[in-house]
Amino acid sequence: MSASIQKVGPAIPIQCHAWSSDRQTIAVSHNDKLVELYKQQPGGSWNQTDILDQHDLRVNDIDWAPNTNRIVTCSADRNAYVWVQGADGKWKHTLVLLRINRAATCVRWSPQENKFAVGSGARIISICYLDEEKDWWVAKHIRKPLRSTITTVDWHPNNILLAAGCTDFKVRVFSTYIKEIEPKPSATEWGAKMPFANLMAEFSNSPTGGGWIHAVAFNEEGTRLAWVGHDSSIAVADAPSGMVMMKLKTNLLPFLSLLWIGPNRLLAAGHDCVPVLFHVDSAGKVSQGPKLEEGGNVVEATAAASAKNMFKNKDRLGQELVDSRLGTTHQNQINSMRILEGNKVEARRVSTTAGDGALVIWNLASGALAGKLAALKI
Amino acid sequence: LDSLHSENHVNANSEVTFERIGKMSKNTKSSAFRRIDVDQYNEDNYKEEVDNEPVTAGPNENEVTSLLSQNKQIDALKHVLSNAPLGNKNQAIKDASLNLVLRVLLSFKTSKIEEAVNQLDNEARDVLMKYIYRGFEVPNEGSSAQLLVWHEKVFALSGVGSIVRVLTDKKKL
Repeated sequence: MSASIQKVGPAIPIQCHAWSSDRQTIAVSHNDKLVELYKQQPGGSWNQTDILDQHDLRVNDIDWAPNTNRIVTCSADRNAYVWVQGADGKWKHTLVLLRINRAATCVRWSPQENKFAVGSGARIISICYLDEEKDWWVAKHIRKPLRSTITTVDWHPNNILLAAGCTDFKVRVFSTYIKEIEPKPSATEWGAKMPFANLMAEFSNSPTGGGWIHAVAFNEEGTRLAWVGHDSSIAVADAPSGMVMMKLKTNLLPFLSLLWIGPNRLLAAGHDCVPVLFHVDSAGKVSQGPKLEEGGNVVEATAAASAKNMFKNKDRLGQELVDSRLGTTHQNQINSMRILEGNKVEARRVSTTAGDGALVIWNLASGALAGKLAALKI
Repeated sequence: LDSLHSENHVNANSEVTFERIGKMSKNTKSSAFRRIDVDQYNEDNYKEEVDNEPVTAGPNENEVTSLLSQNKQIDALKHVLSNAPLGNKNQAIKDASLNLVLRVLLSFKTSKIEEAVNQLDNEARDVLMKYIYRGFEVPNEGSSAQLLVWHEKVFALSGVGSIVRVLTDKKKL
């Protein structure tokens, strides 16, 4: 089976998830202020090993740094915490003062894990780095020209450039160069001058349409930036060819999350409850591939078969048969997707969490899915 | 008491007091302050970006009428869709264009609708879907029934995505 459902806690919508570097433990948040850590047991089930309970309001995003093994969480309570695991296995928290007056919406560790970026409803991106002397996390702000809530951030491999998607329908690339902790970066395809908070590029999702930006993703080399918007579109900007942006308007429901799973391949998932493959050609043009599984509505014929139940349903629901169960594995919109095994050049397994509280692991390297991916090669 | 309500009443003995009361009542007499929209002064408000892109003035009515009279309905359809005044600030132009488009849509025989929709490209179908929903807003003699057929044909090709774009697109018809 190419898609396997895992049970990590109750069937309450999962807001976000992140994996440990050995992929044995997953951190999830079930739409509340707690972050729960589940460890996979030999039999395949998941046991809850820890609860990280410091936030006062809903946890909006979690990121787990693979090398330094630090977890960062951000919440609607305008705070972020960095969690470090002690020798005894217990997680100790450090409050990070983001200095924002609205909820924090998204957080990501930088590739070298010495900084992390937090987007917020305060129209500010907080770039936080560790001040070694005082042993606390300092936040620097990027404000201009953000005009609305930042919904998503992604780092460029050079540890300096950051892409941010916003509810003002724009995607921007900023420099987050902090001279106290890192050497001056060399020029990239996105530009040469990189003082802190410099706007390197700005792309508008709105001339042909609109829609909040839900996810942004740099490819492996950092030469291309892909994003998905609420107008059911997916777009890719190519820096080497002069910031050319190619947008595809799909006839599906909007996507909420996005991953590069190959040098020319994107996986997007969202309100259709199933990941969809996209291919990007050498010119940057995006074309839609297959969904990872077909689904239609499944009619639950078991109890509703009898005439009595049919009329009962007609009276209660207005229709004879109960067909609200989706044919896809997920029963609700997918809002978070991570590469479980592999990397942006070759992803073998991908995990998704959704509003149905389920964690599903998709095996891209074998079985039916591999066939679909192979068919996608041009 | 009485003096609070009648400003003109001035008592020579306590002019100053009454003057002050007069000033007080003058301040509270007008309730215009209650009608100020204080939210516009909130500095956290989202400020829409000023869009300087040129907008079309809408389809040419004469051209459309002549195409319709020549029975070139599909051409008329293509003309009105490619000249749609998206994002135009002039409401009169938008209303006139809507009426023109509805005329074109309702001039089709139901059996010819599918063929017409097939000839449009994706951009045009998105604009058409926007007009279909605008048409639903102003129903008249049998228009909604015809529009529902249009809706079904466009939906078959452009899916829910086109309907999502009706809701999210910045440039309204």
